Amino acid sequence: MAALELEVVDLGKRFGDFVALQGVSTKVAAGSFHALLGENGAGKSTLVKCIVGYQMPDEGAILVDRREREIRHPADADALGLGMVYQHFTLAPGLSVLENLVLARPRLPAVLDWAAERARLEAFLDTAPLHVPLDAPVATLAAGQKQKAEILKQLYLDRRFLILDEPTSVLTPQEADEVLGLLHGLTRAGRLSVLMISHKFREVEAFCDEVTVLRRGRYVGRGGVAELGRERMAALMMGSEALPEPPARAARVPGVTRLRVADLAVHDDKGVAAVAGMGFDVRAGEIVGLAGVSGNGQRELVEALLGQRAVAAGVLEVDGAAYRGSRAEIDRAGLASLPEEPLKNACVPQMSVADNLALRSFDRPPQTRLGWLRRGTIRARGRELIAAFQVRTPGPDAPIAALSGGNVQRAVLARELAQPRALLIVANPVFGLDFASAAAIHQRLMAARNAGAAVLLVSEDLDEILALADRVLVISGGRIVHETTPAAADRHTLGRHMAAH
Amino acid sequence: MSATSASAVAVLRAAPDPRLAAALRALAGTVGALALAALLFGAFLVAAGHDPLAVYALLWKGAFGSAFAWQNTLLRAAPLMLTALCVVLPARAGLIVIGGEGAVLMGGLAAAALGVHLGGLGGMALLPMALAGALAGGVWIGLVGLLRERRGVNEAIGSLLLAYIAAALFKHLVEGPLRDPASLNKPSTPALPDAARLGELAGSGVHAGLVIGVLACVLAHLLIHHTPWGFGLKVAGGNPRAGRMVGLPVGRLAIAACGLGGAAAGLAGMIEVAAVHGAANSALAAGYGYAGILVAFVARQQPLAILPTALLVGGVAASGGLLQRRLGLPDATVNVLQGFLFLSILVAEPLFQAVAQRIRRRRPR
Repeated sequence: MAALELEVVDLGKRFGDFVALQGVSTKVAAGSFHALLGENGAGKSTLVKCIVGYQMPDEGAILVDRREREIRHPADADALGLGMVYQHFTLAPGLSVLENLVLARPRLPAVLDWAAERARLEAFLDTAPLHVPLDAPVATLAAGQKQKAEILKQLYLDRRFLILDEPTSVLTPQEADEVLGLLHGLTRAGRLSVLMISHKFREVEAFCDEVTVLRRGRYVGRGGVAELGRERMAALMMGSEALPEPPARAARVPGVTRLRVADLAVHDDKGVAAVAGMGFDVRAGEIVGLAGVSGNGQRELVEALLGQRAVAAGVLEVDGAAYRGSRAEIDRAGLASLPEEPLKNACVPQMSVADNLALRSFDRPPQTRLGWLRRGTIRARGRELIAAFQVRTPGPDAPIAALSGGNVQRAVLARELAQPRALLIVANPVFGLDFASAAAIHQRLMAARNAGAAVLLVSEDLDEILALADRVLVISGGRIVHETTPAAADRHTLGRHMAAH
Repeated sequence: MSATSASAVAVLRAAPDPRLAAALRALAGTVGALALAALLFGAFLVAAGHDPLAVYALLWKGAFGSAFAWQNTLLRAAPLMLTALCVVLPARAGLIVIGGEGAVLMGGLAAAALGVHLGGLGGMALLPMALAGALAGGVWIGLVGLLRERRGVNEAIGSLLLAYIAAALFKHLVEGPLRDPASLNKPSTPALPDAARLGELAGSGVHAGLVIGVLACVLAHLLIHHTPWGFGLKVAGGNPRAGRMVGLPVGRLAIAACGLGGAAAGLAGMIEVAAVHGAANSALAAGYGYAGILVAFVARQQPLAILPTALLVGGVAASGGLLQRRLGLPDATVNVLQGFLFLSILVAEPLFQAVAQRIRRRRPR
């Protein structure tokens, strides 16, 4: 089982008039650990989807071990030994690792002989470089172990070329290092070649041999990680765009407590406590950063703060009064929010862009006069916001679901931050945005804070939190386990607290 | 078929206004579904040994071919407009309510029970009866919304089961405590006094319920599309998470939409009682509540589109008698057509989307 070499030549892919990829050529040598870099929308996902058969390229060729292959379907990629590990876990949580691995086999007999399957798997594990408890239900495994099980599955299926799509976004820094180190070892042993999509320069520098950089669907460069260095890689990704200024933090003393959470308990969809005994304050004129690994109660907390999820117990107060999230309360608090997954959390997909831009304001003048909804005003106001925030849309009447992710995000930003707000609840606000858009959002958050707004920033990106926050809280297992300031924080300690539960 | 769909696609592409394009697309889907249903029903007729063209000609005649046919069609369309609203309004809140029949029965019964005592009110008797009918229907379907929002009971199942309960309750009351002892072989509530009867529109042979139905659809249209309440309802139904995020009382909006829809269906029951039957009896359970589901889906949950659709479905039902007399077709034949209509509408949407997607994908760069 030797690692595969993979080469793409002049690959092109269009969606309608949109050019997702054009003339992309690169090569991943057998047994190398290759990084694929690029901003969002650079075409990284399209490229790897073409390689594993989820999409067919319109032009160009894919060569596996120097033979041109037509990969029309994921099954073709399977047969060639090409596999992919996704950002989020694809194992069935209720089944054991053993069951998951067996079920992943492409052809299963009608009746399973579990004893034989177990024997087969144990024989395989004897030679495998990593170990995961076989009989534990996947749901009980820690994130790092789940990701290891995903990789184990790929090895069990005889994959010899592995694509990783941001594999560490759900892991603590320690877990990430362990998993990537393991893969690195496999490439050195000549068992695997790896192509990894990543946004984290730290990981690329620590584990990758070479990088290929895409920008706006085109190949812009490749080279050894050591030769290029971080600056050059970033420059390739961004092209001629100027690096945005880091947001300027005005010196100020935090004011009164705006948001107070004490002994808060929130349940997840299954009724299990996702947040318990949570407490913190956010004061006017400060950004409080809530750091943590995804899945530790952040989502449920934010949903509860936004009135999307019931509070099971505890105190949730804004300006000293209980807060339930009615329109009147939102208005009084001056609350705005950028939740994660804006299309799912903050938009009505089938309604128009203009209507979505009016979700906060449709029931007051000038949008509504004397109980009559003025659609012309809503559309005109929508047009203004679309122009001011450079939302790329066919028009104000297009359904917002037709927009790209970045533009949906921009539309929500326009709605939430067009006028000054005094209390912001923000979750992974720049996830999936390019450098320039991300920087613009960071500027706005900092400007709001400088102007006296209270900001809660929930993020899985430690860099973002350390750059913006006045105070850093670490959430783990649904409670606050650590508090520090960016100046006093060190990554290792934070990582340890993030993993602690 | 492919030539027409290709030209339809060309029109869609050329349409400059996305709202116009969306409307055209919806219309094309509906027309396609109606054509499909006609084809399927035609095949059914051929299989049963009939000439489909002759049947369709007769169907047209029975529905719209004479003043009498129109009268018959309009009489059936009036309650359908109101029962369709019992589907459309909750649908705006994202709920699929299919138990409007229960609200028709409850509304009719309430109106009949109250109307008997209102002989002395003169022309004013109809107003309290209408309110009672609307209230009974509104509470009945409002209960569906309440069960859904507070206890998580699926609204389709809840409303359907409540319709059975309504039917049982109706039977119990009409054959028991509320029965007119004089109604021997057809248990009924006592006959309504003249003051409590809904008259016909000047010399047309069509009762005033038609005006109420049309008015209700127009009002529902204004409510849904031109008031902030309707906008909020659309948001709450389209994505409850986004609705809660901007502070909308999502659950209360859904319950209110159910209540309003139920009130419309209850009004349909009142109209049938006051204008047609003159008392509440088993004739009220004519299936208007269920046919209203068909109307609402063919109308794509748009109140104004209910108007022509109710005429179409009312017309099909009206022609049933003629088909039976002239061709010896069983009474249930038109129900088969209704069934095909419903299936085609449900199938057409995803089918049309898949075709459009395929065409788009094949589109040359």
